[in-house]
Amino acid sequence: MPDKGQNRDFGPSEGASVVRPYGDTTGDGMVQTSFTLPVPPGPRADGAALQLAQKMGIEPAMVVHSAGIGSGGGAAGDSAAFTFFVVYGSVRHLVDLDAVHVEERPYPLLSPGEVNAAVKTRLRRSLVVLGACIGTDAHTVGIDAILNLKGFAGEKGLEYYRELQVANLGAQVSVPELVHAARARKADAVLVSQVVTQRDAHLRNTRELAGAFREAMGESRPLLVVGGPRFDPAMAADLGVDKVFGRGTTPGEVASYLVHALVPEEEPS
Amino acid sequence: MSRLQLDQALVARARELAARAAAPVVDLAATYTTVSVERATLRLAGLTGTDPLDGDGEVPWVNRVVDAVRDQVGLEHGVALPVWHALGSGGTLQDLAEQVGAGTARFTVPEGAAADRAREAARAAVGAGIARIDANRARREELVATHGDPPRRPWIYLIVATGDIHEDIPQAQAAARAGADVIAVIRSTGQSLLDYVPEGATRTGYAGTYATQENFRLMRAALDDVSAELGRYVRLTNYASGLCMPEIAVLAGLERLDMMLNDAMYGILFRDINPHRTFVDQRFSRMVHARAGIIINTGEDNYLTTADAVDEAHTVTVSQLLNERLAHEAGLEDWQLGLGHAFEIDPAVPESFRLELAHALLARGLFPDAPLKWMPPTKHMTGDVFRGYLLDGFFNLAGALTGQGILLVGMMTEAVVTPWLSDRDLALRNVRYVLEAAGNLHEDFAPQPGGFIDRRAHTVLTEAVELLERIAAHPQGLIQAIADGTFGITKRSPDGGKGLDGVVRKAADHFDPATELLTREVSRA
Ligand code: B12
Repeated sequence: MPDKGQNRDFGPSEGASVVRPYGDTTGDGMVQTSFTLPVPPGPRADGAALQLAQKMGIEPAMVVHSAGIGSGGGAAGDSAAFTFFVVYGSVRHLVDLDAVHVEERPYPLLSPGEVNAAVKTRLRRSLVVLGACIGTDAHTVGIDAILNLKGFAGEKGLEYYRELQVANLGAQVSVPELVHAARARKADAVLVSQVVTQRDAHLRNTRELAGAFREAMGESRPLLVVGGPRFDPAMAADLGVDKVFGRGTTPGEVASYLVHALVPEEEPS
Repeated sequence: MSRLQLDQALVARARELAARAAAPVVDLAATYTTVSVERATLRLAGLTGTDPLDGDGEVPWVNRVVDAVRDQVGLEHGVALPVWHALGSGGTLQDLAEQVGAGTARFTVPEGAAADRAREAARAAVGAGIARIDANRARREELVATHGDPPRRPWIYLIVATGDIHEDIPQAQAAARAGADVIAVIRSTGQSLLDYVPEGATRTGYAGTYATQENFRLMRAALDDVSAELGRYVRLTNYASGLCMPEIAVLAGLERLDMMLNDAMYGILFRDINPHRTFVDQRFSRMVHARAGIIINTGEDNYLTTADAVDEAHTVTVSQLLNERLAHEAGLEDWQLGLGHAFEIDPAVPESFRLELAHALLARGLFPDAPLKWMPPTKHMTGDVFRGYLLDGFFNLAGALTGQGILLVGMMTEAVVTPWLSDRDLALRNVRYVLEAAGNLHEDFAPQPGGFIDRRAHTVLTEAVELLERIAAHPQGLIQAIADGTFGITKRSPDGGKGLDGVVRKAADHFDPATELLTREVSRA
């Protein structure tokens, strides 16, 4: 633990490995947070908020705003059973940048031309990609952004890649249907989107997907890739799939990954 | 209310073309029936409950009876003739359902005097359900007279959806106390694709709460309490869409819901339900809504989540005109048409707010007597909730400035979670501030003739008429347009999608007492 007094270590210009949040002065540790407690508004509610803030490591904390919820306009009424708070304060915690682990992308980003060339020369056949939204999820914009010609964020989707043979099955596809389609089309990779996450629907569905493919095809199952805005990319192994993509994914990242995972390093001799 | 000078000849042309484009759909609805229309008829006649011995006890009696009739004599005559013929020898509908459960019910299609008797009995039974819907409509009018309507337009519309009706109720009451005029209980993911309506009070929905008759009843009762407390009638909304559109419409009428999402195309485009199934179902459900005095909300706003809000603005206008046409045809009046549109232009587009105003004023000008449902930004909301709060403020301002009828409250956390209690409260504060600060600004706001807003509105209307010309020129009209991917860039073929096996061509002697009773009323009006 570095000495708290060594304030200069916390400055951005020093290349320091230990930092604190920045309000308006280096090292002030200021954060802002908001939350609701199931307590009627009043001094007791504010005290409760302070207690929570302190337990969160915010000390000293200031309750800068508190208001009853559902009290019908105007000032907070007595009838409200909940109170909403905005809290400002300084956190005790230090951030050790050396202890931050980010998964570096273990494969290079390729242009569409490079992807096509790699598939053509090293795989020597086109790569079959199947996409779908499974379960009752009807959100197709995300998978379409990855697959459709039009693409996303200025990048063309996988359908644009000459050496990728893409079929987009759309939404509300059941897992058995998807397994069947993957087998019939000899898919190399199956790309699945999950957007609805309430009650962890996306995690349950992904596990079901992984289980069904394992059961039906064992080792010869296609590469399984899932994506959606609320996925944690570090969860792939836990979910039983090969790769997880999160929010803001672009088609190029996905195509590059497919090459990395499915195309041999060397040209076949 | 609208300050735009729309070309009235163009407006008239648009309506004429919409009627032509919708004609094949109207024919379709007259030619076919569906399992859900037939089940709705039994629900009107009072059949409730589930078969305790079938599966997990989830299958409603109405499904069991309709399936049994279909197996034994087919559905082309409708369920009413065989069912009330079977009842001729005594017993209640409930008894008959139990015989179906036990496998002892025998159905035949009566002829001659026996058929007349069956028809008469069916009319009386279904008429009782319609009488209950009428009584609810009268009761609503009475409560509105006692408690009063919201003090201003737009009405503030808020979604509640925890998945648990007992959690929804206190949240809905809190929202009403904080100023919401309309509470919508959004349905669980996946309910649209269930070919039955679940029963009872439910606590296990995903990103929404199941629509059941009991949930409807519980929530309406809770809002009646809060209406009395607030001195303002708080309205309740649910969703008539999916495979059970007609049945849910009936349940809404029976439990005095006040508004219903009801779009002629939403199920087709966004749930991949078969077009024939949806078109037949929407016709029936809209007739029921018309009778119940329910305000419908259409779903044009959704197109702008899959298609670009500027490039495809005219498809919203086209769809509004088609929805209007199909609604009028089913007996709904202008005051019942909450036609949808939305504030979904990418905020990065220059002049995006002026474009939004142009689109909103165009809708206002085209449908002066419809309430219009104004939907908040969703697609371009991000995890930056602060920016989202600002965007929602602009959305609220646009709603006030252009005289929208129903304003769906936008959530700053739209891109993150289904709303928290505090999200709703903050959102309502945003709306209250804007309406209190600028609610009457439309009195001072008149876009300059020939100016940016005026020209943009005219362009969209012209593009809409051009598109309608193309749709109307095809013999399959709207049905073909959907196959071509006209709306929300989503293509749906007439033979594809879910639920087609529940569509049956009617025989010459098809008898449906509900449609008969409701149509009589429509043609009288
Ligand atoms: C558009 C939209 C809809 C449209 C969908 C139209 C369509 N055909 O897709 C409609 C109106 C139909 C809709 C309906 C519903 N929706 Co919606 N919807 C949205 C909205 C506004 C935008 C989603 C979107 O298009 N994002 C743009 C795309 C490009 O982003 P993306 O999906 O994140 O995808 C990117 C990455 O995640 C990734 N990715 C995604 N999938 C994949 C797959 C692979 C293989 C890879 C590699 C990458 C990848 O790459 C993409 C590009 O970067 C969001 C709110 C928001 N602003 O996010 C709510 C939202 C997703 N919807 C929500 C809900 C609850 C619903 C409903 C369940 C509501 C209801 N009860 O009826 C329904 C049910 C539909 C159903 N059965 O699934 C919630 C989900 C809450 C949750 N986390 O569980 C949200 C967050 C809104 C909210 N705050 O409540 N919705």
